[in-house]
Amino acid sequence: MALLQISEPGMSTEPHQHRLAAGIDLGTTNSLVASVRNSVSVVLNDEDGRALLPSVVRYSATAAPVVGYAAQCAQSIDPHNTLVSVKRFMGRGLADITDAGSFPYHFVDAPGMVQFRTAAGVKSPVEASAEILRVLRDRAERSLGGELSGVVITVPAYFDDAQRQATKDAAKLAGLNVLRLLNEPTAAAIAYGLDNAAEGIYAVYDLGGGTFDISILRLSQGVFEVLATNGDSALGGDDFDQRVFCWILEKSRLAALDAKDTRLLLTKAREAKESLSEHREVSITAVLSTGETVDLMLNATTFHEITQSLVNKTLAPTRKALRDAGLSVDEIKGVVMVGGSTRMPRIQAAVAEFFQQTPLTNLDPDKVVALGAAIQANVLAGNRGEDDWLLLDVIPLSLGIETMGGLVEKIVPRNTTIPAARGQEFTTYKDGQTAMSIHVLQGERELVSDCRSLAKFELRGIPPMVAGAARIRVTFQVDADGLLSVSAQELKSGVQASVTVKPAYGLADEDITRMLRDSYTHAKDDMQMRALQEARVDAQRLMDATQTALDENAAELLTADERNAIEAAMRTLQGRLDGSDPRAIKDAAEALNAATHDFAARRMDVSVREALTGQRLDAI
Amino acid sequence: MAITLTERAAKHVSNFIAKRGKGVGLRLGVRTSGCSGLAYKMEFADQAGEEDLRFESHGVTVLIDPKSLQYLDGTELDFVREGLNEGFKFNNPNVKDACGCGESFNV
Repeated sequence: MALLQISEPGMSTEPHQHRLAAGIDLGTTNSLVASVRNSVSVVLNDEDGRALLPSVVRYSATAAPVVGYAAQCAQSIDPHNTLVSVKRFMGRGLADITDAGSFPYHFVDAPGMVQFRTAAGVKSPVEASAEILRVLRDRAERSLGGELSGVVITVPAYFDDAQRQATKDAAKLAGLNVLRLLNEPTAAAIAYGLDNAAEGIYAVYDLGGGTFDISILRLSQGVFEVLATNGDSALGGDDFDQRVFCWILEKSRLAALDAKDTRLLLTKAREAKESLSEHREVSITAVLSTGETVDLMLNATTFHEITQSLVNKTLAPTRKALRDAGLSVDEIKGVVMVGGSTRMPRIQAAVAEFFQQTPLTNLDPDKVVALGAAIQANVLAGNRGEDDWLLLDVIPLSLGIETMGGLVEKIVPRNTTIPAARGQEFTTYKDGQTAMSIHVLQGERELVSDCRSLAKFELRGIPPMVAGAARIRVTFQVDADGLLSVSAQELKSGVQASVTVKPAYGLADEDITRMLRDSYTHAKDDMQMRALQEARVDAQRLMDATQTALDENAAELLTADERNAIEAAMRTLQGRLDGSDPRAIKDAAEALNAATHDFAARRMDVSVREALTGQRLDAI
Repeated sequence: MAITLTERAAKHVSNFIAKRGKGVGLRLGVRTSGCSGLAYKMEFADQAGEEDLRFESHGVTVLIDPKSLQYLDGTELDFVREGLNEGFKFNNPNVKDACGCGESFNV
């Protein structure tokens, strides 16, 4: 018979109507699943009582894929078919992977996302992630005694649209209903119950096996908002192991090792590191395949010395994130520690010193994200009452469209909380223009060429009008998961077109960091370039209009001298268009304006006269 | 008339209440729904109602409304583990037949 759980008062479900929900931490190195049972969030273990599922998938030609510890064991004997850290490839094209050579995989360049050639055929990161999710789903359903009605899956705060969409696709493939994607730092904050805590700014310091993320969250009225994120996608506990490993090599005067000995000593290094979280010193002994022996004592002081630069490497992005959020250290109300590497006393001390306060460490740093996701899943599945809360995230980079002159008009500025909808009106550039190309861009720079292209579409069927008369409303909508849809509508005729952006290529956190950094270093150049391009566009429009007018009425309204003067002004302006001084272009445009002043007035008289001709006085 | 908890069930209930951080006990009840007519209700209790009957078992307070007690009298609540799943199980002597899933029953 079904086993029952205790519900919150008044929240008992009808029989067979259990809304079973789970939170999933789909990690780069390890994944976990958690659920709220009897009002307490707990991580669901496997048959052997293990909470972590290594995020490793091994494909074979004859059998079903193997996931987890068994796959991890096969990593060294079957590296081509054993995929680790697939999260790094989610929503990324081969072109995005700069260090492809350092992976043992047979990469296949596919449109949209890189794929891997394995014994079981070509597999995408989405498919591999789905295998991991399937195992977690099975574990959850057997633990909870029924089908899951929905899950919350966590993603890094810096994940872009493509990476988020890829995560959702993986969940769909695994037969999971995603209630929503949740940012990892936000999940950690929820696990600590900070949503019920005092309002203020919180920092989430997440040092995992291979990645470091720092996030600054603001809690106000029970709502979390991500103010800033930063990090280093190639910094984690593994680097600390590597430092100890190098120290062992140096102290034992060992030369190049084979793969087996390297793995042995890396394991010894990791064990030594973990042991130093509990002890002042640790002995490291090993016998290598060459017969050489290692017998060393490593103490905490030496460990500090050899890893100090790594600790400092986490503090630089932390400082940047604070600066990005416009905050100082004394404004941080609490610090949450996430990731197994934050067990190191050295890290805890450095973070405490940086933030001038003791960080929160009482929850298991490996489980805290999954625990928070489970709490959120429980709320979204409708198992909790009034004390429901909303979560806000922000978009990491500004979104906008291309305007004349190759400029980017930002419509949704970076760090806008989502879901968000923003609209802006644009108009046509040329007389009789019946179509408009909408080019959607992401980034902080002023020129299209410096931003990232997300999508292009055309609005057709605009009724012919003079330039500037059409009113085209472009609306950007970013949903709660950060997915973007853009629509354009011509307001007079109602014609519209839209696109939902599933960007072809992903964007890594370091790209975001680089794009932000570039926008700061090029801020001045960009503003000048924008001014120049705007001056050019305005000047060109003025010349086009003047030329049209000359073609129509010059013969009847202008003397030869007048016409020559106007044409001379046009030539001057044309000559300056390619120059780089916006002031000079503007001055020449002013001069052309002045030269055509009388001409414009006469044209106005003509059109008024034409309008009145043949009309009776009383009809006017 | 009485409702009891096994020692194991009581331990888990106490534990859950402690982790939840509030609650005076466990509320059991019966609702008229489900495929076989009646369904168990098990909730945390934040306060006792006027009509509630109260039982103590291994240090846990069990609250139940008089109407539900008619269907639950003599029930022993146990906490069991079945594979990866674990949870509470009603050993109710009044049950004549239960639906396959055991979530609802008839007396």
